Amino acid sequence: METRNILLVGVGGQGTITAAKLLTTGLMAEGYDVKMSEIHGMSQRGGSVSSQVRYGDNVQSPVIEMGTADVIVAFEKMEAMRYINYLKPEGIIIVNDTEIWPMPVVIGKQPYPADILDELKKLADVRVIDASALAVEMGNEKVTNVILLGTIIKAMGLDNIDWKEILENNIKPKFVELNIKAIAKGMALVS
Amino acid sequence: MKKLLTGNEAVARGAWEAGVKFAAAYPGTPSTEILENVGTYDEIVAEWAPNEKVAVESAAGASIAGVRTLSCMKHVGVNVAADPIFTFAYLGVNAGAVIVSADEPGMFSSQNEQDNRRYARHAKMPMFEPSDSQEAKDMIIDAYKVSEEYDMPVLFRMTTRVCHSKSIVECGDRKDVPDKPYVKNIQKNCPLPAFSRKMQVKLTDNMNRLSEAVNQSQWNYIEDNHADIGVIASGVAFRYAKEVFGDSASYLKIGLSYPMPMDLIKSFAEKVKTIYVLEENDPIMETEIKAAGIECIGKDLFPTMGELLPEKIRAAVSGKEAQTIAPNSDMIVARPPALCAGCPHRGLFYELGKFKDTMIFSDIGCYSLGTSAPYNATDVMVCMGASISGGHGVAQAFKLKKENKKVVSVIGDSTFFHSGITSLMDAAYNKSAYLTIILDNRITGMTGHQQNPGSGYDLKGDPAPMMSIEAIVRALNINHIRTIDPNNLTETKEAIEWGMSLDEPAVIITRWPCALKRLSKEDKEEFDAVFTAKYQVIADKCIGCKKCLNVGCPATEFGRDEAKKMKIDDTACLGCGVCAQVCPVNAIVKKGE
Repeated sequence: METRNILLVGVGGQGTITAAKLLTTGLMAEGYDVKMSEIHGMSQRGGSVSSQVRYGDNVQSPVIEMGTADVIVAFEKMEAMRYINYLKPEGIIIVNDTEIWPMPVVIGKQPYPADILDELKKLADVRVIDASALAVEMGNEKVTNVILLGTIIKAMGLDNIDWKEILENNIKPKFVELNIKAIAKGMALVS
Repeated sequence: MKKLLTGNEAVARGAWEAGVKFAAAYPGTPSTEILENVGTYDEIVAEWAPNEKVAVESAAGASIAGVRTLSCMKHVGVNVAADPIFTFAYLGVNAGAVIVSADEPGMFSSQNEQDNRRYARHAKMPMFEPSDSQEAKDMIIDAYKVSEEYDMPVLFRMTTRVCHSKSIVECGDRKDVPDKPYVKNIQKNCPLPAFSRKMQVKLTDNMNRLSEAVNQSQWNYIEDNHADIGVIASGVAFRYAKEVFGDSASYLKIGLSYPMPMDLIKSFAEKVKTIYVLEENDPIMETEIKAAGIECIGKDLFPTMGELLPEKIRAAVSGKEAQTIAPNSDMIVARPPALCAGCPHRGLFYELGKFKDTMIFSDIGCYSLGTSAPYNATDVMVCMGASISGGHGVAQAFKLKKENKKVVSVIGDSTFFHSGITSLMDAAYNKSAYLTIILDNRITGMTGHQQNPGSGYDLKGDPAPMMSIEAIVRALNINHIRTIDPNNLTETKEAIEWGMSLDEPAVIITRWPCALKRLSKEDKEEFDAVFTAKYQVIADKCIGCKKCLNVGCPATEFGRDEAKKMKIDDTACLGCGVCAQVCPVNAIVKKGE
């Protein structure tokens, strides 16, 4: 099987690394060869971050090349635009309809770009999801990343993996039930 | 047992399996998690050292005394540790010693992109370069064998992509390695010139012996695909090469990369028509291969700077860039790292940035971000500890030039322990009249909250002696010291004015915990109601003057809900109150007051 590429992008602190970790754990349990790359350090202080997940029969490079991601999940909408050059022309980009202001916007030097979603739709197959609002509705904003994980699972056709078991083995017991609901919620959002 | 491990976790696992008993490091991206993971094994004594030199020296001592040791650091940390490393190579080991250098092609969290493969050549140490986590785990076990068999400390060169990428690792068990007896042997362990000359000969002989053996090493091998193109690659560049060329090239994979397996390279050269040398950063293998009279293509085609990513290799070989969807760049605003909401550095930089006719010499840590807007405070940064000694030099030069500028050095608590103490000693001893500000946020922040000599805990989380920065400064015979709460802007401003007005060395210690720190019992006792308050904007009072934008807090969102009104994100606010002190009309108030 050809190596598949999933790119998770967002802002430091949004939980992209945790989502990628759960994803790779599930993929490994399913018997795939898996590699994942992430960047730590300075960029985690509110900077732009990415986690790259690759799986298949025999994965060599841990990094995704530009123009080759099957799916990009952007935890923040401007990050979707920043990384869209990594998407395959026929790939899917799932965008969390959340706006996190970078410092130049916070201090009033630049406006946050308007109409990013419309512009993205001109460029690729975009699925917009308000995962942050759904997470708040479910009672905990912190499950935003697991809702988004659910969307990746559905988009990549990985729903045959026993995600319930992966969550049970990797999440604190008191949060397992909420996370199982969150992953199911995410899966239901992608057709 | 198979596990999905980062390269750093794999190094820790390998060290454990290899029977390592002592490990020391100073945290630095991308190396930090190695020692954190070593610390999870009960059989290994794992310690944060105040700096890399100390880490290598303690590891060298443990090796000489007879137990296997590990020391780890980021690439620039090797510069700090270079002094013991070069002479440790002369002495050689008793029990095996491995020194990990985690290099940063791409400079994700570093000030330079130095290629530490040169250290192997310079200090005369064997070097391993793993390309993924499995190799990182397996190679380090072999590195201890090489270290003991050839009587040398070994350099283990990782890069960010190997450190921070995960892949599947088949794990083994810990091998019980017997401790070596310690026998006094001054000819081996005391580098007095007469002995050093002999050590140098021994080192050269051992290196010559290893130069032969590397041709048979399991880490250096040919993958013959009967192709015209041959790729010689080391580290993660080998994985990138396989991604790009697949079966259309033959490969010479180099894992035990110094000394270079020249016989193997010569026989590989006979099998292929064109050789590409793929190595990140400097043309080191390429130069040595060319010096042996073998034609190859390297840095004429491939970049010397940044990561040598598969897309760059592909573009260089094909001469064509990949077809990609072009983003609308008008809709992308830069997202640089920023001080967190509640960061205790904010109040200090807000005030410091307002002073005119100053030169701010900063240091390496989160507070490097004081350079950026809206603070625009910092003038200069060099390396760990340079703020104070560099600031001393600036003060001397300004005095010589009769330039009426005030110098302020800014350094974090962990960096002060790392190499700021000797710098401050220099300033005090040489009667420098300038201000040093030590930002004590009670932890090593940027690298992800490692304990340090001031935090009161050790790597394993056990209580440890807590060094007092104030007492250390006093012991240096500096008489002007103030400890302040940096969230109190009036106190901060007054302290800076006071420190700048003196004609003797002065020190301000800002003391407030990092906003991301898991607070200790002592923190909770010392810092009253820390991070429990929230602030809000009374919209009717807000005049939209934007003064509060100058604090640069990610929890503030001017005009988000209502035009020309400030809003504070309730989930992000940590209640430092800096924005409230800046508001001229008291529109920002603590909730519940």
